[in-house]
Amino acid sequence: MAILNKEEAQALLKKVVAFSKADECEVSLTGSEGGNIRYARNAISTSGDISTLSLGVTSTYGKKSGTATINEFDDKSLEKVVRRSEELAQLAPENPEYMPLLGPATFKESITYVPATAAMTPESRADAVAKSINVAKEAKLEAAGYLENTTGFRAVANSKGLFAYNNDTDVIFTITTRNEAGTASGYAAKGYNDVTKLDTFTATKTAASKANGSLGAKAIEPGKYTVILEPVAAVYMLENMFRGLDARSADEGRSFMSKPGGGNRKGEKLMDDKVTIYSDPFNPELPAGTWNGEGFPLEKMNWIDKGVVKNLSYSQYWAKQKGVKPVPFPSNIIMEGGTATTEELIKSTERGILVSRLWYIRMVDPQTLLLTGLTRDGTFYIENGQIKYPVKNFRFNESPVIMLNNVEALGKPERTISVESYRSYLIPPMKIRDFTFTSLSDAV
Amino acid sequence: MNRKDFLKMSALTAGGFVLPKSFLFGNPVDAMELLNEGMDVGMKKQLSDAALTAARAKGASYADVRIGRYLNQFVSTREKRVQGIANTESFGVGIRVIANGCWGFAASNNVTKENIAKTAERAVAVAKANSKIQANTVQLAPQKGYGEVAWKSPIEKNAFEVPVKDKVDLLMTVNSAAMAGGANFVNSAILAVNEQKYFASTDGSYIDQDVHRLFPTFTVTKIDKASGKFETRKSLSSPVGMGYEYLTPLPNTKVQGIVTRYKDRYDILEDVKNATADVDQKLKAKTVEPGKYDLVLDPSHLWLTIHESVAHPTELDRVLGYEANYAGTSFLTLDKWQSKNFKFGSDIVNIHADKLQKGSLGAVGYDDEGVKTKEWEIIKDGILVNYQAIRDQAHIIGLKESQGCCYAQTWADVQFQRMPNVSLVPGKAKLSVDDMIKNVEKGIYIIGDGSFSIDQQRYNFQFGGQTFYEIKNGKIAGMLKDVAYQANTREFWNSCVAIADESDYRLGGAFNDGKGQPAQSNAVSHGSSTTRFNGVNVINTARKI
Repeated sequence: MAILNKEEAQALLKKVVAFSKADECEVSLTGSEGGNIRYARNAISTSGDISTLSLGVTSTYGKKSGTATINEFDDKSLEKVVRRSEELAQLAPENPEYMPLLGPATFKESITYVPATAAMTPESRADAVAKSINVAKEAKLEAAGYLENTTGFRAVANSKGLFAYNNDTDVIFTITTRNEAGTASGYAAKGYNDVTKLDTFTATKTAASKANGSLGAKAIEPGKYTVILEPVAAVYMLENMFRGLDARSADEGRSFMSKPGGGNRKGEKLMDDKVTIYSDPFNPELPAGTWNGEGFPLEKMNWIDKGVVKNLSYSQYWAKQKGVKPVPFPSNIIMEGGTATTEELIKSTERGILVSRLWYIRMVDPQTLLLTGLTRDGTFYIENGQIKYPVKNFRFNESPVIMLNNVEALGKPERTISVESYRSYLIPPMKIRDFTFTSLSDAV
Repeated sequence: MNRKDFLKMSALTAGGFVLPKSFLFGNPVDAMELLNEGMDVGMKKQLSDAALTAARAKGASYADVRIGRYLNQFVSTREKRVQGIANTESFGVGIRVIANGCWGFAASNNVTKENIAKTAERAVAVAKANSKIQANTVQLAPQKGYGEVAWKSPIEKNAFEVPVKDKVDLLMTVNSAAMAGGANFVNSAILAVNEQKYFASTDGSYIDQDVHRLFPTFTVTKIDKASGKFETRKSLSSPVGMGYEYLTPLPNTKVQGIVTRYKDRYDILEDVKNATADVDQKLKAKTVEPGKYDLVLDPSHLWLTIHESVAHPTELDRVLGYEANYAGTSFLTLDKWQSKNFKFGSDIVNIHADKLQKGSLGAVGYDDEGVKTKEWEIIKDGILVNYQAIRDQAHIIGLKESQGCCYAQTWADVQFQRMPNVSLVPGKAKLSVDDMIKNVEKGIYIIGDGSFSIDQQRYNFQFGGQTFYEIKNGKIAGMLKDVAYQANTREFWNSCVAIADESDYRLGGAFNDGKGQPAQSNAVSHGSSTTRFNGVNVINTARKI
């Protein structure tokens, strides 16, 4: 069994820590079980079923640490892995940035584990996929999709008495539907902790309707347009910015959060008033882990409040250097929005472009967070509050920081996944003015 | 490129280095552990036979077993300190079967006789569950068994035998050189990879392979305090299918010019000094005037353009739609290939695929479904003539056998079609880079790879670089910044007017070619000589926030 419950994990870790002779010792245990199924051209292509369990021990003498791992769990093996990590620590170079381990803390139980997801089987995955393929066939389209479920746990204990445990389940589903001629394409992506919320039938319907609507796209001139970014498009832009919410790189002068002349932009108003971004592991829509790798409890934390940078993450080391409290990197990200639906945002738009999805976003300039990428799977021209016709895809060059300064309106946040990292976020659809498209693409 | 574990990675990639997935997947181990022999070949054969027998007993018509031990060592430093030394080992088995005409796959890190049979049974159960909703059956190109054979990367010095201390000392010397040259920050790293792969199949092959790869790299950063601007320059090294000998410089493998570039061997200490000087020039460089330019692209840059615009669109799984939901499809549809006259590029454009080139990342003896590797033409005199296909695709393009380009990133991942090395054949006539530049009136000479993005059918792309030199009336007129070029793949390759000769041929490459769901990384090289493209659209990427 690759999944241990809290009591089993604690008993095992306690036993391992007891073998330690080092100044400090930290033991971690991770396990996962899961399966996936992939399909294309309305038929299953590959699928799999994977399980892993492993234990890692880090021993420290002074500022010298060594790590060793094992995947055998008899007493002799457990003692051996502790001894090996101790030998390694004695041989390691000193780490001037080593910070002492944290002592015990109370970690609230996370709400990330759902038994129904853990109970998925090859048959239930195949059934969910069959529903999706049937929708595509009825719409005379070809479906290519992917469904993956994972059940995992991680636990940490150390020689100062800290113990933390978290288990979670996750299911993701992505679907692309295309016509046979390759002239129409639509997409949908969903991710949940709870598989009972996943509806592959409806998601495929959405993708099919995007595909059929995208047929006969017209070319319009690239340039600056008001855009409505659906959540799955918006989150892909913003994910690149979330990674930069770090004090150290900002203080060092090599991030968009760096202040000219030194220091970081904490406290500065960098974005529009409508922009509020926070993290909260207890959000029922987007539950997440309640502790981080350093052993800090994670609580609700504001990052951007009404456009003002409220917090940047500080590692223990950097916090000490700067004389501030450590701020752990969050386990989820939530952006506030309004109450409007995407349809209502369209209705309020005189002239603009609806962007269903973005693709292949890469950093052009880390200093301004200038990103390039393309639209994909349903790009539509809006006039006088209505979708007029599908348009050919564009390449854009735009910075999410500039974009969040040009917010016209935000809709109702929804749980969505980033199409590259597959992480889930709560993100609103966004209406943004002056979004920069730099060229046309023939891709469908 | 795969970012699934980006939070986990962000800790390891502070210097901007992207690690292969197996670095994240593996377990940290002692450096000495990496030199252990691992499981004996005889035992692997016994275990494989147990899996094949169990799969057959449950009704599989075909089965293959991959027992893999994946070793990685990652030494990373910044300025005067070691950031991390990670030694990881990942050992396990992946079993793929065909049952009821359908693929099934299962993997486990518990490699015992009892569990390997159970894993084979799980793979058959997955295939049978899928077959209930499957109309078509898998059609495998025939493959003869090779019996018991072996292959090893032709390395001179196993990187895992070089003490970690030597690597740390080298990187510290690199960092000191950068700091002495006025750098504000420098990150450097050495990544070493060893894939010990054992493959067995019901066709009667038992293939033992030992594959080595290495990537030394650095990034130098300087900040202009007054303006708050910063610039970086990455190393001009490549990830290679070599041992530690890559880090022993050889004078006759250096390419002299505006900056020294490297073939076969790399001089990291020389390059870091050059990089530090380049960053000064970058900070002072003139911002580019947008417009049409003739581009002269160094192999250290062009490899990535080849990767994105030639190698990806000729992957047969993309062409057929198997990647439609993730990596995308391809504009190089079957009708274009069938027409035998689709002009992909100008007459001088010849592109070859191979998994043989010595020192390349793609080089192996046999692919991950037991097919001996080879070389073939993809673009001939500008015309699309072939794709990249594996056993279950060969029949679609009328091939009698696979082209041997099947790969799985670890034992835990199912193998599928991955790109081999895809390279631009050098010009036949003698032509040096200097002679090429002499004829350019208004151009930009680009060295090193930078930002990259391309659409899902591989038409529209945008690339940056490390350093950009303005060419005016046949002469280099100083450095430019804020440069990126945008083009349409077919227009771009048809604007190819000159390719330097074989003496300039070099390989570039990446550890993180991404495709598939779950996403997998593939290591691949792309060779070329310096090449000229006329009238390409260049944009200015400077912005204010």
